[in-house]
Amino acid sequence: MSLIKNLFQHKQHNILNVYCTAGYPHLNSTLEVMRALQNNGADIIELGMPYSDPLADGPTIQASNSVALHNGMTIEKMFEQLQDFRNTPAEQDAIRIPVLLMGYMNPILQYGFEKFCRQAAELPVDGLILPDLPEYEFETIYGDIIKRYGLDFVFLVTPETSEERVRKLDALSTGFLYAVSSSSITGSDKDFSAVESYLQRLQNMQLTNPILVGFGIKDKQTFQSACKYANGAIIGTAYIKALEDAEDVNIATKKFLGSILQ
Amino acid sequence: MINITSFNQKGTYKQPNIFGYYGDFGGAYIPEMLHRNVEELKSRYLEIMYEPGFQQEFQALLKDYVGRPTPLFLAERLSKKYNTTIYLKREDLNHTGAHKINNAIGQVLLAQRLGKKRIIAETGAGQHGVATATVCALKGIECVVYMGEVDIERQAPNVARMKMLGAKVVPATSGSKTLKDATNEAIRAWINDPLETHYVIGSVVGPHPYPDMVARFQSVISEEVRWQLKEKTGSELPTHVIACVGGGSNAAGAFYHFLDDDNVQIIAVEAAGHGINSGMSAATTQLGKPGVLHGSKSLVMQTADGQVVEPHSISAGLDYPGIGPMHAHLYATGRGKFLSATDNESLAAAFQLTRLEGIIPALESAHALCALDQLKLSPRDVIVVCLSGRGDKDLSTYMKAMENVASQS
Repeated sequence: MSLIKNLFQHKQHNILNVYCTAGYPHLNSTLEVMRALQNNGADIIELGMPYSDPLADGPTIQASNSVALHNGMTIEKMFEQLQDFRNTPAEQDAIRIPVLLMGYMNPILQYGFEKFCRQAAELPVDGLILPDLPEYEFETIYGDIIKRYGLDFVFLVTPETSEERVRKLDALSTGFLYAVSSSSITGSDKDFSAVESYLQRLQNMQLTNPILVGFGIKDKQTFQSACKYANGAIIGTAYIKALEDAEDVNIATKKFLGSILQ
Repeated sequence: MINITSFNQKGTYKQPNIFGYYGDFGGAYIPEMLHRNVEELKSRYLEIMYEPGFQQEFQALLKDYVGRPTPLFLAERLSKKYNTTIYLKREDLNHTGAHKINNAIGQVLLAQRLGKKRIIAETGAGQHGVATATVCALKGIECVVYMGEVDIERQAPNVARMKMLGAKVVPATSGSKTLKDATNEAIRAWINDPLETHYVIGSVVGPHPYPDMVARFQSVISEEVRWQLKEKTGSELPTHVIACVGGGSNAAGAFYHFLDDDNVQIIAVEAAGHGINSGMSAATTQLGKPGVLHGSKSLVMQTADGQVVEPHSISAGLDYPGIGPMHAHLYATGRGKFLSATDNESLAAAFQLTRLEGIIPALESAHALCALDQLKLSPRDVIVVCLSGRGDKDLSTYMKAMENVASQS
């Protein structure tokens, strides 16, 4: 069973998925950040693979992508860093929680889509989030490859996604469904109360997959609001901001996740 | 009239298939946040574009506002120099000084029919931004233009024009702060306000249906060339059609109605910058690999790790690391011949045209003229060069070039 499925079998509420960028803030801080997230209460890690043109992300995450690229991060390097991350010599250092890789199609196509999926599955990470892979391409080419290697694939839905389409994307997704809280890029500041009726609507649809809410989740209040109507939420921009000026990744992560969970 | 319903399964040279593919290139690689907008556009653009009311308004504006048809001018002294027959399609004589206005009018009229209240656009050199701001002023619609911070500095006159026309110019401060990043910012702005806003893409790039839609709006160029050439030579068909390619909108328009005529050679000229292998170039077919940029699969200049690289060209309009999927297909199939011209070659071609014909071309269009030096031409050839824009915006570059020549002699 995939770690993601396993997680949702044991925990249906208040799931916290945190986004971080591979190679940020430092080239070799990837695992340190992931450990800090695991140790301080994150249930899932969404590991961003940096890209020069991350369309669906806002300025904060794009800046973290630029820093990571400047640091020399590549897909190859990331796979090297994640080698044995499930079985480290020191047991407390091993990452046991589910990990999804999030990124854009172009770097993966250059790396080789199948090679990418194979190596990701070998590590193993648990799934992929590729916001610019549309369902047409998924159904005709890439979905089969992703499934062949047993990786979960998470589609996004937005308040503008029709019920018919939500059901289709739910059927194509495994792991969970990523409910974008508003039609906006990451890190935007929109009134969260408007989001509640949309989440209520998703909840009433009785979908196959659990739902995690992303975009605009930045503090305890927005996290709790999201959790009222969904299985949990995804935090990205607010955490990257917390890392921006952090002298110590552990302390910054502990402080940030503490502010959300306590 | 163009057949608006039939989509070939694999797409043709000029029309993509129903999923937006020209052969292996195209598609719509967009995040879900844009799905509804792009889907709405996809399901309605053809129906709206070919509505009689739309066509009536569009054609009237092209005629009375833009000044179409633009002349097809026999460049006699240039022809003599190359010992052949050369016609210039004078897109530089359009209102706002380039072909960009054809598409801007089409898309703004379409946006109105979609009920959109606000227009956004990206711009590199500012020509597309000016064209869009112009049409928005004409129609009284709010207009926001995204422009790289670096381009804002180097294209000050066009920034002033857009502001005078009432557009808001927003600097793109991410990434390399040029056209590619302005496009990212415009797409983001669209994501943030998908219901009220229409994004007017300026070239034959972006997710399906943009490449097809923009190509159709620009196809008026080759539509006119056919009958103008018939009037002048007795035949609708030239031997060669030459156009510069950045994203490729003027080329798409100039090639469009000749793509099914196998005897017409399709010649695209890319910007080689300081030279193809100099690391300072924008010749995408020579340096790019298949990839996904700004919502479609095409050829993209990128590192081995798939990071998009910043191109270079003296001409801001060609300074783009991708190419429209239609052109990638023309390149891959060999239907189009792709040449390139360096910054210096283009400068020389611009000065040559100016002195021989009294026409100061845009630097982009000067690249197209460089093909004349690279092709083996015969006296029996009839060549059409798309003169996509006028050179007023490039005067500071031309002045510098003259100073350099003066200081060297």
